[in-house]
Amino acid sequence: MAIMISRPTGAIPARPVGRSGSRWWHLLLAPIAFLFALPFVQMFLTALTPVSEINKFPPRFFPAHLTLEGFIKLFETSGILLWLRNTVVVSSVGVLSHLVLCSLAGYGFARLRFRGRNLGFLAIVATIMIPTQLLMVPTYILFARLGLIDTLGAAIVPWLASAFGIFLMRQFFLSLPAELEEAAVLDGCTRLQILFRIVLPLARPALATLAIFTLLGSWNDLVWPLIAINNDQAFTLQLGITNFQGARRTDWSLLMAGNVIATLPLIAFFIVAQKQFLATMTFSGLKG
Amino acid sequence: MAGVAERSGSGPRHGSTLGTFSGSGPRHESTLGTDDQRSVPPGRQKRKSFRSALEGWGFVAPAMVIVVGLSLFPAVWAFILSLQKWNGFGSQVNVGNANYVQMISDDELHAAVTHTVLYTALFVPTSVLLGLFLAVALNRQIIMIGIYRTAIFVPFVASAASTGILTTYLFNPQFGFVNNILRVVGLPQQGWLENPSQAMVVITIMSLWGQAAFTTVIYLAALQDIPVELLEAARIDGANVWQSFWHVTFPQLAPVTAFVTIWQTIGAIQLFDLVYTTTRGGPLDATETIVYYMWKAAFKNLEFGYGSAVAYGLFAVTLLITVGVVLYSRRSKVEAF
Repeated sequence: MAIMISRPTGAIPARPVGRSGSRWWHLLLAPIAFLFALPFVQMFLTALTPVSEINKFPPRFFPAHLTLEGFIKLFETSGILLWLRNTVVVSSVGVLSHLVLCSLAGYGFARLRFRGRNLGFLAIVATIMIPTQLLMVPTYILFARLGLIDTLGAAIVPWLASAFGIFLMRQFFLSLPAELEEAAVLDGCTRLQILFRIVLPLARPALATLAIFTLLGSWNDLVWPLIAINNDQAFTLQLGITNFQGARRTDWSLLMAGNVIATLPLIAFFIVAQKQFLATMTFSGLKG
Repeated sequence: MAGVAERSGSGPRHGSTLGTFSGSGPRHESTLGTDDQRSVPPGRQKRKSFRSALEGWGFVAPAMVIVVGLSLFPAVWAFILSLQKWNGFGSQVNVGNANYVQMISDDELHAAVTHTVLYTALFVPTSVLLGLFLAVALNRQIIMIGIYRTAIFVPFVASAASTGILTTYLFNPQFGFVNNILRVVGLPQQGWLENPSQAMVVITIMSLWGQAAFTTVIYLAALQDIPVELLEAARIDGANVWQSFWHVTFPQLAPVTAFVTIWQTIGAIQLFDLVYTTTRGGPLDATETIVYYMWKAAFKNLEFGYGSAVAYGLFAVTLLITVGVVLYSRRSKVEAF
């Protein structure tokens, strides 16, 4: 079965419902939507509330004053900008590398015929089943021997390519008609030229899915950096704000300011590219 | 798992990552790569197959090195480690299956299994039902629906670190939002994350907040695949909304239900990061899950061998559950896998 990514869920028009019922659905959906929005609303509000007000009793639902002191203190007393830079490096290298390497491999498995192809693909499919916690100890030892522990490289390398990405791209390429490429072969194009000039421009939906999958996973990853990086120069954002929890337990406006910096880029991106996110989501249990 | 998609034959949008490849749709395999071997002399044929191997592996090797080097190879290595006693520095001692035997009588592991089962039992049914409910509610065109959808879906991008900070804030016993609400309406204050019998419930609630989008989106896609004629036929036969949901819509969704149930179960029994960012296994170890225990054994106590054995034990259980559900749904003719 070929994978079809061209029909993002968000784009499907919902079935129209009788006008009379719609008021009840509003009464149901509005409070639920409010509850789902609440944690992020609290995050933004708390980041802008003076500390003195947060710890007052009884607590207020809305701050009386707004202030940027949480952000100022965050920038002055922590390495948040360095961690932001680290995360941006990890995610952008990861996304770029994923797009290139998984496209190449997916195309190889879909279109080229060579010895060992089926065995190679079987190996890829087998690894999709392996849960991450099984890999933590040996990967830690491996990275220690390669001298990657406590460096940003430890966070980058696991995001260079993935079995899921190879699989996704192969399925997509199989769904394209081969005739397009046959003409190019007769014209004397090389396989690489065909891939980059003919096939990849058609593969935008799959590439978007892969990019979002990699971005979300690498930006939010905590478990692996937690194990492999113990040096705050090489912290990622997620690791940095998790560390705050122990070190600055009661400094809530600073904690939430850090949380805003770690989360806002993805929230903004989600709102802009919601359709592509939903398509990616139907495709994989990203958080599973 | 050959993908939920096979059900309808149309869109593998809700296919699992594992499975859609084994389906049966038309496959446009190129015939270009095959050399026309009938007419080529043997020497040239050999050289050509060598060249095509070189080209093929040139395409797949860079990604293969990463994936095999960071998945397949460590997975095999983890199994070897699970038969050893090793702290990472001293000498590796082969102990046969001693680590696995130790698991049988390890009380802390048994407690971790209990906590994991509790979380799975709380999380999986609620996440599936919540997803179904939200999908039905969101599957209509009314004004503001876009805002409702965005509000419900956007927590999906929240990381475990972010969710952890939000959880400890919202459920803080002294000034947290939730206790504040309870105070205003005159209900007693709760300990939440500081109360051993409530901590796992709080973690479940916040997991649902972050992951409801996933089950909802999958159910939404599936709902839109149900043929309108089926529902119309039910309506003509005199079924009310409730009846046509339970007797027409819900059975049509059975394959998706099987898929999301298994997917959420696999995720739930591997719970680690939200525990780390909220309770660190506490209070009184009440939220210590299997993976948390495994992480502690391997990276706090440096018992690499025992940690690997626990990881393999969990992997085996995951596989058993997966195979079990697949076989069951095959037998009961739910073509989910």
